[in-house]
Amino acid sequence: MSQKKYWKGLEELNETPEHQQVVANEFKEDLPFDISGGLLQAETPRRDFLKFLGFSTAAAMVAASCEMPVRKVIPYAIKPEDIQPGIANYYASTFVDGGDYCAVVVKTREGRPIKLDGNTKSSITGGSTSARVQAAVLNLYDKTRLRQPMANGKEETFTNIDKMVSEGLSAASGKTIYLLTSTIISPTTKEVVGKFLAKYPNAKHVTYDAISYSGMLLANSESYGKKSLPSYHFDQAKTIVSLDADFLGTWLSPIEFSKQYSAGRKVNAKHLSMSRHYQIEPTHTLSGAAADYRATCRPSELGKVAAALYALIANGTAPNLGKNLNELLNKAAADLKKGNGLVVCGSNDKNVQLVVNAINSAIGANGTTINWAVESHYKQGIDADMVNLVADMNADKVGALLMHDVNPAYDYCEADKFIAGLSKVALSVSFADRMDETAQKSKLVTPDNNWLESWGDAEPKTGYYSFMQPSIAPLFKTRSFQDSLLIWSGDSTSYQTMWSNYWTAKLGGQSAFDAALQNGVYEPATMSVGGASFAGNVSAAIAAIAAAPKASEMELVLYPTVAIGRGGSWSNNPWLQEMPDPITKATWDNYICMSPKTAKEKFDAELTSITEVEANKIQAKITWNNKEILLPIVVVPGMHNDVVAIAFGYGRDKGVGRAAASGVDKNGKLIGGKNAFPFVRFNTSSQTFDYANTAIKITPDSSRHEVAITQTHHSYEGRAIIHEYTLEEFSKDPEALLKERYAEIGHYTTKPWEHHDAPSKGYDPEMDAKFRDEGTLYPDHTEKPSHEAIHWGMSIDLNTCTGCAACVIACQAENNISVVGKTHVLKAQEMHWIRIDRYFSGNPNDPDSVQTVFQPMMCQHCDNAPCENVCPVNATSHSSEGLNQMTYNRCIGTKYCANNCPYKVRHFNWMDWNGADCFDDNLYEDGRRDDMNDDLTRMVLNPDVTVRSRGVMEKCSFCVQRLQAGKLEAKKAGEPFKGDAVKTACQQACASNSIKFGNANDPESEIYKIRHSEDKERMFYVLEQLHVLPNVNYLSKIRNADKVVAKSKDDMMVNKSKLIEKYSK
Amino acid sequence: MLLIRKITKSALSLFVILLLSNFSAFAAPDGQAIFKANCASCHNPLKDATGPALQGVDKRVPSKEWLYKWVKNPAAVIASGDKYANDIYNKWGKTQMTAFGALSNEEIDAVVTYVNSVKAPAAAKKDDASESDNTEEGGWLYPLITLSLLGLALILWRVNKSLRRVAATNEGLPFKKEIPFYRHKVLIALGAIVLFIGAGFFVVNGGIQMGRQQNYMPEQPIFYSHKVHAGINQINCLYCHSGAQQSKQAMIPSSNVCMNCHKGIAEYTGAAEHPLVTAEGKKIDGTAEIQKLYDYAGWDPVKKEYKRDANGNILAKPIEWVKIHNLADHVYFNHAQHTAVGQIQCQRCHGAIEEMDEVYQHSTLSMGWCVNCHRQTNVQFENNNYYSLYTKYHAELKAGKRTGVTVEDIGGLECQKCHY
Repeated sequence: MSQKKYWKGLEELNETPEHQQVVANEFKEDLPFDISGGLLQAETPRRDFLKFLGFSTAAAMVAASCEMPVRKVIPYAIKPEDIQPGIANYYASTFVDGGDYCAVVVKTREGRPIKLDGNTKSSITGGSTSARVQAAVLNLYDKTRLRQPMANGKEETFTNIDKMVSEGLSAASGKTIYLLTSTIISPTTKEVVGKFLAKYPNAKHVTYDAISYSGMLLANSESYGKKSLPSYHFDQAKTIVSLDADFLGTWLSPIEFSKQYSAGRKVNAKHLSMSRHYQIEPTHTLSGAAADYRATCRPSELGKVAAALYALIANGTAPNLGKNLNELLNKAAADLKKGNGLVVCGSNDKNVQLVVNAINSAIGANGTTINWAVESHYKQGIDADMVNLVADMNADKVGALLMHDVNPAYDYCEADKFIAGLSKVALSVSFADRMDETAQKSKLVTPDNNWLESWGDAEPKTGYYSFMQPSIAPLFKTRSFQDSLLIWSGDSTSYQTMWSNYWTAKLGGQSAFDAALQNGVYEPATMSVGGASFAGNVSAAIAAIAAAPKASEMELVLYPTVAIGRGGSWSNNPWLQEMPDPITKATWDNYICMSPKTAKEKFDAELTSITEVEANKIQAKITWNNKEILLPIVVVPGMHNDVVAIAFGYGRDKGVGRAAASGVDKNGKLIGGKNAFPFVRFNTSSQTFDYANTAIKITPDSSRHEVAITQTHHSYEGRAIIHEYTLEEFSKDPEALLKERYAEIGHYTTKPWEHHDAPSKGYDPEMDAKFRDEGTLYPDHTEKPSHEAIHWGMSIDLNTCTGCAACVIACQAENNISVVGKTHVLKAQEMHWIRIDRYFSGNPNDPDSVQTVFQPMMCQHCDNAPCENVCPVNATSHSSEGLNQMTYNRCIGTKYCANNCPYKVRHFNWMDWNGADCFDDNLYEDGRRDDMNDDLTRMVLNPDVTVRSRGVMEKCSFCVQRLQAGKLEAKKAGEPFKGDAVKTACQQACASNSIKFGNANDPESEIYKIRHSEDKERMFYVLEQLHVLPNVNYLSKIRNADKVVAKSKDDMMVNKSKLIEKYSK
Repeated sequence: MLLIRKITKSALSLFVILLLSNFSAFAAPDGQAIFKANCASCHNPLKDATGPALQGVDKRVPSKEWLYKWVKNPAAVIASGDKYANDIYNKWGKTQMTAFGALSNEEIDAVVTYVNSVKAPAAAKKDDASESDNTEEGGWLYPLITLSLLGLALILWRVNKSLRRVAATNEGLPFKKEIPFYRHKVLIALGAIVLFIGAGFFVVNGGIQMGRQQNYMPEQPIFYSHKVHAGINQINCLYCHSGAQQSKQAMIPSSNVCMNCHKGIAEYTGAAEHPLVTAEGKKIDGTAEIQKLYDYAGWDPVKKEYKRDANGNILAKPIEWVKIHNLADHVYFNHAQHTAVGQIQCQRCHGAIEEMDEVYQHSTLSMGWCVNCHRQTNVQFENNNYYSLYTKYHAELKAGKRTGVTVEDIGGLECQKCHY
């Protein structure tokens, strides 16, 4: 049943003494004195005592002599009409990064953008966001951004730059002028590019995507005659088969797909159907974690898997790929044949994608789950064009090269070839916003505006438009890419004029344009749906797949992370750097992901129990084609045993910024990871980049490197905190969880002297209320906070949570959460108010058996909170609305509350992270995270939330500033507060709609309905038996599979009685 | 009998008169209130401001009908080519008066009656100063009496003791030799305790006062007198502090808001009735202070236009006022919550701001002060439908079990109402 064993890491699974010690030492900080002889005999050396005494006296003196400074209050000279100090303004805009798209609403305070939220008016992203979208506002205030144009490494003015460029372009008449960009989804930018190409007949436009989807584009061209991508409808799919496409994490348009996917996964006792998701992949991705059935394969086998699936569907040929894969493919094929199937594939190999197209065509996906009437424009780069460009550059055929939003010197597979070619180009211009790897090698740099400073538009899908408007004037002397291009084309209209003329004409008048700009999007009322007829040559593709060269013993997968992706300016975003990777839970570095079995057997990496808890990981060296990379090994259960994986986006130049820079820090430690792009290969048969390298050699290395992994910080020490069922089990007995809960707490729902029902009798529908009253020996102090008008509550659906961590970054942006840096993450001192606990289950040595569950964890706002009654100064207390309140100015930092919190959600400010202390020179600096305290970067802070100083505890507040503001709005309007009127930051960011929040007293609110009707069968509280009465409930995980974990003899099942025995000691 | 009847009669007539006057007070529009709400930001009854002085306006203008039309829609009157209207329009720098279409003829009459009734402020009010003095004296009386009584008790005790000693000596009885008080152990101990408590009291109180700035009255870059603006000229607080009803911040107005009036008011003409003097006794030339405003606002008082740069932007610079009311960074205070929702008057926290030439911090702004008010103040429980959520309190009110709901009752003392 649901008591299978969950573990965050092997150390937890194996329960080694070293791990237990780590867990016992909650703060990973030694006490400053020796208590080996017991606390009473503790010795504090006399000198230390005098030091402490001296310091406290001095500190008290300093604090006491703090004179009130004279503060100025400076009003506007001329107040802009639409800005009211203290009240936020919201502007609809569009996040575009390469082809990644998200419709957003920008929250500005006093003219500064401080938070991005999803635009609910968009039918594509529908108000959802990702971690990267949430973090984008920090990029605006990146200190490393260029403040003026550069020419040959020196500061220059736009006037001179324009002169140099126009001279350079006319001088290039004998040669080709190349405009190299990432995917452009803006119609007007395409118009501008068109103007430029018209002005210079010898100019060509090449689109290059660092993470390319060329394989799909080429396959679609051959299959359907369209060199484009369709729209996918994961919400319509009953069966989803993903061949290494991490569509919930990084593939194509994860925000859109998460939203669709979760819509098809909502399940409750009245609605017992959900999609079934099969995932076959070499590594462990977010989609793999969400999958109902998962199996692993080598990347070199992926084509064969696709071919086998095709054969199975087309001719019923039984696959021959090993037991697990065969089993899974047979099941998947049977389900796909039932209709409403969808097969997606993450491979960039044209032939594999062609076979996938053939499968989709055979199962009738085109026109149902795949829509060819509305095409997606997210990716347009054709890899061969880029390869040809580099060849042309080296052949001295290129007269000028203008590069926008690309960084080939870093992310092109043969970067040295590109750099060599670049030096031969007479006029090279980069539009980069910083001196990145390519900008440094370019003659001229004309920095583009940040998108938050720009006018613009996007057409993510045919006929679906989205608008971009500036929410702040350009901070620096930068100029939009389009304006530069227009000027160089000899066009005197500004881009803004051209853009507004274009849309006024297209939308039919000024008022329609104004409305569209205000809404942020302009979309057709209903989406037209259409299919396409498949005309590809499958047998040729299958033959090409079969002819692939033999792979080496170990294969390397290169992947973009959920946080940093392809790199770009994201590498220098401290929020994203410190965001624990959803699967590995590592921060600030890249590393070699490896399965536990391989690591143990071949690399000694986790051989002993010490190395399991040790952050100092053993390194391995990967070599290919005279290139080598030395990185630490991080063990990731669920990886194929013959596969290793490395993330892109690390190993950056110091010009990218302090957080990104790779090299040696002042303590001589290696920082910033290594660049994995050199291991990408150009596959000549498919004419695409191959993100799996099947020809590598990997050798152990004696050196070590520390990796800051948060996986076993805040350990639950094996207590059962997740409930998981198969859909079948749930359908048979939806009330199984209620019964299980009753078995746990039923005994405490009656008065001690009253008759006790035997738990086996079932459950009591009133048990929640009864347990609240009777579950404690103490007088009912939960009566005191009346919870009369409002009782805040949150519900988190474990079934739809994909672990994408958008909530983590949204919370960080909303609540001014400090970035602590790698050194302190190593000490388990990260400050995230919401963390996503990732639990594995199954046999670590059998990657196909590993199942993963994510559990977002934040303060549970217990109504009977254990933290509150241990605080000696009443700094944490309970509100009448059910909030567990943390009062920073009262806190004296005893940390008793954190010790007593069963959920481990309290975070202590060990250092002065932000300079918020009244003592000078106390600011913590480590070199990588310090830009967070720059005056420019601090503009991102939310003025409604206190910046915490050293020595105080902090934790989730349920976004109390939003609750107060929401209540105030209702009061001003003189209306009763509506239960769902306020959204917390995490809830708003969630792409899969897993978090619900509201007034649990209001029968109209979502949270009330979840708890009392819709999802009452799936609802549970974590560690409910403690009678802490949390205000956060969870909904059980339901897998649409016939087993929640592989039933092998190695299955790890928790023996409940043993566990109880262990912790009752 | 006659006398009684006479008295009854006059009492009755007095009552009728009172009733009538009361009645008329209800029925007739309140000219003063209408004037303050609508006109006072541009007009003064006695002096020219942004618009002309209004006293005697009914006699100046062509006709009463003209006045009604003008107030309701000045633009139409000017457009009709009316000579008088165009003359005023040109005289006042072609600045058009705001239309008040919603005012009825009676209300306009009431305003006229009010402005005609306004008298130039003479050397007024002396009386309220003496009132406060009384309370001060009462405060000292009791300790004084207590101290003298204590002294008396001490003297009597000593006398008693000496007499007993004398009596004992006379009778030859043994008596304990008296230890001098500086060697008396009990006294020393008691003294030490008193000293400790006293010192502790002062240290703790001193500590509590740390960072508090009651009566803080810094010198400002411009001698801006709230008394002149809000007191004498009766300008509504919200005209300048327009954020107070909507936002967290009441907002210091930007200089272009000042210029709405000060385009027309270039000199301080009230020096005779109300000379401006700083707390240190320095005399202030109001006209020079207005000139300072012009420097900040970028206004050329000679050409009567803004100075502009090449791009047409006004050359204004912000005024760096010294902040008086400083809350600690960890305190969240929202003006709208208190003014718009709580219906609290500005003066409750800021003191009699309309009487301050230089603003000072009236309240302690300490947490105890906030909390105390939250304990005592009733929320607008019946008037605001938001509070309909509190069904229990409503039932109690209905049943007469409680007279009101204080801020404390709905959680107003909880930490996270102000600290987050």
